[in-house]
Amino acid sequence: MPDSLPTNGLVIVAKRDCPTCVLVEPVMQSLDRAGPLAVVSQDDPTFPAGVRSVIDDQDLERSFRLNIEAVPTLIRFKDGREVERTVGWERTEWMRLAGDAAEGKGLPAWQPGCGSRSVEPGVHEALIARYGESGLKSREIAVGNWDDPIEACFERGWSDGLPVVPPTDERILRMLGGTHRKPDEVVGLIPPNLAPCTVEKVAINSVLAGCKPEYMPVVLGVLEAALDPLFVLHGLLCTTHFSGPLVIINGPAAQAIGMNSGVNALGQGNRANATIGRALQLIVRNVGGGLPGAIDRATLGNPGKYTFCFAEDESDPDWEPLSVRRGIPAGKSAVTLFHGEGVNGFIDQRSRTPEELVRSLAMGLFGVGHPKLCLAGNAVLVLAPEHYKIFKDGGWNRRRIEEELYQALKRPGRDLVRGAQGVAEGLPPSVADQMMDKFQPDGVLIVRAGGEAGLFSAIIGGWPGQSVRDECQAVTREIRP
Amino acid sequence: MSTTIKLRDPTAESSPTRRARLAPPSSIDGKTVALMDIGKSRGAEFIDRLEGHFRKAGVATQRYRKPTNTKVAPVELMQKIAAEAQLAVIALSD
Repeated sequence: MPDSLPTNGLVIVAKRDCPTCVLVEPVMQSLDRAGPLAVVSQDDPTFPAGVRSVIDDQDLERSFRLNIEAVPTLIRFKDGREVERTVGWERTEWMRLAGDAAEGKGLPAWQPGCGSRSVEPGVHEALIARYGESGLKSREIAVGNWDDPIEACFERGWSDGLPVVPPTDERILRMLGGTHRKPDEVVGLIPPNLAPCTVEKVAINSVLAGCKPEYMPVVLGVLEAALDPLFVLHGLLCTTHFSGPLVIINGPAAQAIGMNSGVNALGQGNRANATIGRALQLIVRNVGGGLPGAIDRATLGNPGKYTFCFAEDESDPDWEPLSVRRGIPAGKSAVTLFHGEGVNGFIDQRSRTPEELVRSLAMGLFGVGHPKLCLAGNAVLVLAPEHYKIFKDGGWNRRRIEEELYQALKRPGRDLVRGAQGVAEGLPPSVADQMMDKFQPDGVLIVRAGGEAGLFSAIIGGWPGQSVRDECQAVTREIRP
Repeated sequence: MSTTIKLRDPTAESSPTRRARLAPPSSIDGKTVALMDIGKSRGAEFIDRLEGHFRKAGVATQRYRKPTNTKVAPVELMQKIAAEAQLAVIALSD
């Protein structure tokens, strides 16, 4: 117990900003006269007036050490130890603890207190970091008192090239507050070094990325999906190809954390979209050791390797969300991980029927990888609202679009073989007499997103690694709360 | 040095907390050595001697000088050295 509190006597923790504390100011004065009393004042050392021992606790250390959850809190100490406490104002309780001096004539018999400043959102974690035991296991890195901590993070190689948020204990503790999972739980082994990654390491990297604590369940779900062996994260990391992890979020979690599925859904400006994708990349970089130019051998890469994450627009109840299509029960939150290269904008402002539009979209999709290559990777098709409306008005649902698109993506092999159309790239001559599928039957993942205006869609090409169907695929996982 | 900020390591902690210095090169053959006079008095004499030794050893050198010994080298000067040389001797004198 802090030294300046009475060994035998009363302590009241209060704040001026609490109407109940103000109400009982005369009671505190009366108890001071009866003494000994110390009032721990959280927000104003001149409050309460007329009390001799008022302890300025604007730094909240005493409130933290006394484990105060609400004010006023009346505590009785005996021989230096707390023996009783009561919270709020209740005459009978105060008189039982403090005697007749706590009667408070003229006051109501009872009035509830207010929350302690020491347990306000974010404050409690800061107080743990400052005065308590954080319980964090990751090693400490000391930064000199003249050094800029953001620059220190750059110098240690923790950044993807953009500034990161320095991972202080209070930020990490706040981040851990976003999940029920224990900090020492191992989520998985992160390639390429197959280093164990605890929930605590996820939290630290989520701090670096700029996440809010409420994103933690989504970040953990994203990481678990990325570590599914079918996703082949190690291979995706090593490839010379453009692709990196593309994250698509479905279900109530996306709405709860304010993800963008509307205007500029694939672009900048939304914190959840931006930082969840970034957190995954930073975990791979920092925990897994996956560094560009080292194990990451991308010839060019793509800007989505900083972050590439958005939510599906589920506002139309007639639309079957991607996650449901891929086996997750409706109403559940889920993440889909895809090996995505950059965004290829698709323009069609003339099609008015589903039949016209599906043929047109197929022309755009033929360009994935190379127009003459087939089964060399999959694609995500992001249908913006105006293109989707053409399908909806024509009575086509997801399944119909998928099937019609699959049929429209068949071409005669003779047009695609090496040398055909004067282009060396292409399929082996042996397929010249066959009809060739551009993608596997489930190779085009259709997602709804985007702003209301614009007869556009987006095509996001996949990774040639997906060509071996049973070895490498997009992965969809439910997000645990 | 006293510290005021404590961060937590986001990595797998497989390398030491204190970052290792760059290893010295196994050979200086074919490399250019920057000789930077930090601006203290008679620094040029010291650099002259070093330059002579390097010349005898057949190692190329380039001379640079800080505008004043009282401040760190200007960024432009450090960028110039990094672009033109692979090694640097930052020479003190007095």
